[in-house]
Amino acid sequence: MKKLLFLGLFGLMAAVTYAGGYRVSLQGQRSLAMGHTGVAVVNNAELAFFNPAGLVYLEDKINLAAGASAVFSNVKYQNSEFGISSETDSPVGTPFYAYGSYRVNDWLTLGLAAYTPYGSTVEWPTDWAGSHLVNNIDLQAIYIQALASVKISDKLSVGGGPIYVNGSVNFNRNLNRTLTDVDGNRSNVTVDASGVSAFGWSASAMYNATEDLRFGINYRSEIMVEAEGGDATFRNVPNSPLTPFQNTEFDAALPMPAELSVGLSYQLLDKWLFAFDYNMTYWDVYESLDIDFANATPDSNNPRNYKNSSSYRFGLQYFANETVTLRVGYYFDESPVQSGYFAPETPRNDAHGFTGGLSLHVSNRFSIDAAFLYNRYEEIDESYNYYTENGETVPFEGTYKTSAFIPGLGVTYKL
Amino acid sequence: MKQYFKYIAILALGIVSCEPEFDNPVDEAGAYSNGEADFSRYVALGNSLTAGYADNALYITGQENSYPNILAQQFDKTQDIEEFTIPFMSDNAGGLLAGGNQITNNRLVLSVVDGDTLPRVYTGMQPTTEVGNVQQGPFSNMGVPGAKSYHLGAQGYGNIQGVAVGTANPYFARFASEPNASVMEDALAQDPTFFSLWIGNNDVLGYARSGGTGEYQLNNLEPSTYGENDITDPNVFASVYSEMVQALAANASGGVLINIPDVASVPFFTRVPVNAIPLDAQTAGALNQQFSAYNTQVLPGLVQAGFITAEEAQNRQINFAEGQNYVTLQDESLTDISQAIQGAPFNLDPQTAGLLSQLRQATPTDLIPLTSSGFLGTPVGDNPNMINGVSVPLGDEHVLTNAEQELIRDATDRYNQVISGLAQANGLAFVDANAMLNTLATDGISYDGGFVTSEFVTGGAFSLDGIHLTPRGNAIVSNRIIDAINDTYNADVPEVNVGSYGTVTYSNEVQ
Repeated sequence: MKKLLFLGLFGLMAAVTYAGGYRVSLQGQRSLAMGHTGVAVVNNAELAFFNPAGLVYLEDKINLAAGASAVFSNVKYQNSEFGISSETDSPVGTPFYAYGSYRVNDWLTLGLAAYTPYGSTVEWPTDWAGSHLVNNIDLQAIYIQALASVKISDKLSVGGGPIYVNGSVNFNRNLNRTLTDVDGNRSNVTVDASGVSAFGWSASAMYNATEDLRFGINYRSEIMVEAEGGDATFRNVPNSPLTPFQNTEFDAALPMPAELSVGLSYQLLDKWLFAFDYNMTYWDVYESLDIDFANATPDSNNPRNYKNSSSYRFGLQYFANETVTLRVGYYFDESPVQSGYFAPETPRNDAHGFTGGLSLHVSNRFSIDAAFLYNRYEEIDESYNYYTENGETVPFEGTYKTSAFIPGLGVTYKL
Repeated sequence: MKQYFKYIAILALGIVSCEPEFDNPVDEAGAYSNGEADFSRYVALGNSLTAGYADNALYITGQENSYPNILAQQFDKTQDIEEFTIPFMSDNAGGLLAGGNQITNNRLVLSVVDGDTLPRVYTGMQPTTEVGNVQQGPFSNMGVPGAKSYHLGAQGYGNIQGVAVGTANPYFARFASEPNASVMEDALAQDPTFFSLWIGNNDVLGYARSGGTGEYQLNNLEPSTYGENDITDPNVFASVYSEMVQALAANASGGVLINIPDVASVPFFTRVPVNAIPLDAQTAGALNQQFSAYNTQVLPGLVQAGFITAEEAQNRQINFAEGQNYVTLQDESLTDISQAIQGAPFNLDPQTAGLLSQLRQATPTDLIPLTSSGFLGTPVGDNPNMINGVSVPLGDEHVLTNAEQELIRDATDRYNQVISGLAQANGLAFVDANAMLNTLATDGISYDGGFVTSEFVTGGAFSLDGIHLTPRGNAIVSNRIIDAINDTYNADVPEVNVGSYGTVTYSNEVQ
């Protein structure tokens, strides 16, 4: 019955969003339920993502946590001057995480982590009003990380490790606003690359000021995912020397920006835990999405000019009883997209995230963690002003409204 | 424990129902307004411009981008409307078949052959639209390519039996409700709540396209005696037009009348420069030598003999120079001197006399039809001294002279007075397409990607036949019509984004 209910829910919506840019902040159900805080919370193996330095403070020898979320998100677009409206029909996104830690000795814990902090799936109706910018995009990146957590004292620990990224991208847009073949089918290009590798690292520290008050800091490096020799496929191009678009290969680079988190947690009255995180994502590295075609096809330069963006996260946890822990949270997520650069492939404005969830401790070792996130976006009048046609810049303007609802389930196991 | 999941699920449901919703959604009732007009059954009447004819053919995507179909899509944003039906062709090649034989050409596409970028006939597929395969109506778009004002009320205009002998129109034969039906009858039978009427273009265009070979049928009140290339008498126009407007307006909530553009403003007549002949100094000198006796002896001699006036002699002077030169032509309004110059004292041979009979050099006010561009400068029978438009004057069909344009302007002005007068008298919306096309030809009309102009191929407004509009040209017309409707009927119909509509189609699938 509950399965049916959930499935029914999943069928109701379409998907996209969750945080600024193409950052997907869903790296642990316990943390997510508390507004995606966690840099200063010692709770379970989710620390592998939020602050690996804290792994060494986990009480058990082996800690495992894994889970996934289902992202249901809608974006609507409309332009009241021309009476045009469109809505995305994106598949359900399923970001996941899996963490494990093993305590080698009193001062050293090793870990392994797999998670998906970046990604985006947006499907607009084919040939919609903004199809010259994007018809659909599917961007995925899986991070796999080896970790070490070292206790320097009872108060201070450090952690971190190297990251391997495996990414893929599939992106389709029309070549311009009007080009068609003789039958009126719009000319378009798909760029596709998969199995793209890249490397990075993270480093963190945790400081336990008192028994009840912790501080944490975590830094994850920028990782530039460079697709080389991907496939560019042109469709519905007129058979004419005036439109010499041949299938070819392309190079493109997409940054997974660096992220810095600092925060604290405070335990009060035994049953309550309060957490606050501040995130800074260094989006300013994303200046332009440039697609460099191997043949004579003109390269595609798409200014993005993102700015660094902040998130402010608040979470509260309540140990209700032996079997139930309840959590709520809120965050404010600032969009990295600047006015005039609002491209419909990542139609993000500032988000208010409301979260909640619980853990059911089935046994001493095994818990089920559930969380949900509802993102509230203000309706926004925006434009992308850097599309050019015959040397003229042609803004793509309109009103956007996004909503995202993201339920997630996970498990925690300790031994 | 199951309880908790249930609570989460219920909570989730509550939030899911909060779909993103605009404060003022444009896709819901009340976003726009039809005002005092009722667009629920809109019927469009007219000719090729209304049908969506472009690139010298009627084909599916052209029909989809016709201004009536664009309007219907915008009307649909203001109220519930019945489906806007179109007698679609079978393909995007555009040629018509009658009994399996092709009777009209395929569409033109822009192709590059041997470095020349030119409109050529599309050969990527065989045409499949059979005239005899009659479409089941009724159709909202009643535009019939080729129709003149007096054709819309003519019974039998869609009788397939008459197509071969020229008494019926193959495009109307495809969708007439019965062989004897008229366009007007089929339109009125739909009881339109709103209509548009753009007719009369072909009443002058047939004459213009022929280079003025027909007649201005002034005071001839019997259209059945008119030739295809004649100009319709303005009184005939006034009478049939006003009858149609009365009939259409009688039961409709409103309508829009669109007037007749100046043919001289379309690229079909402006594309080919009248000084199309490039000459080097040597050739120009040799040609001047050739015409020297004509300029200095024949013409003055004829004036002296009182055969022509000094003014006419001046107009008939032929002079070439290094650079671009005006073409030479036979102007039927000039005195025929061929007999006179075969006699004394000129004693010219009959062939030379024939060339000089009504010869003059063009002036900046003469126009050359686009279809003559391939003829200019070609040699007659491989003789390098007999060059069409230079040493051999162009025939009447290759030049629309200023005098012929005057006749067209006179008729057009009179038609347009009728149209604007009837719009005013009946409280109908009115669109001055004449002024609009003049603006396109002079300043251009701005849109979010620059300017749309009448420039052939590159301007964006005109399709490759130089007369009919591109989808972008149709979008501009649609916006003008929408503005007029909004003004007249206190409506709020949204305009369309001109930049989303395409221009000319590229293809190298040509013969």
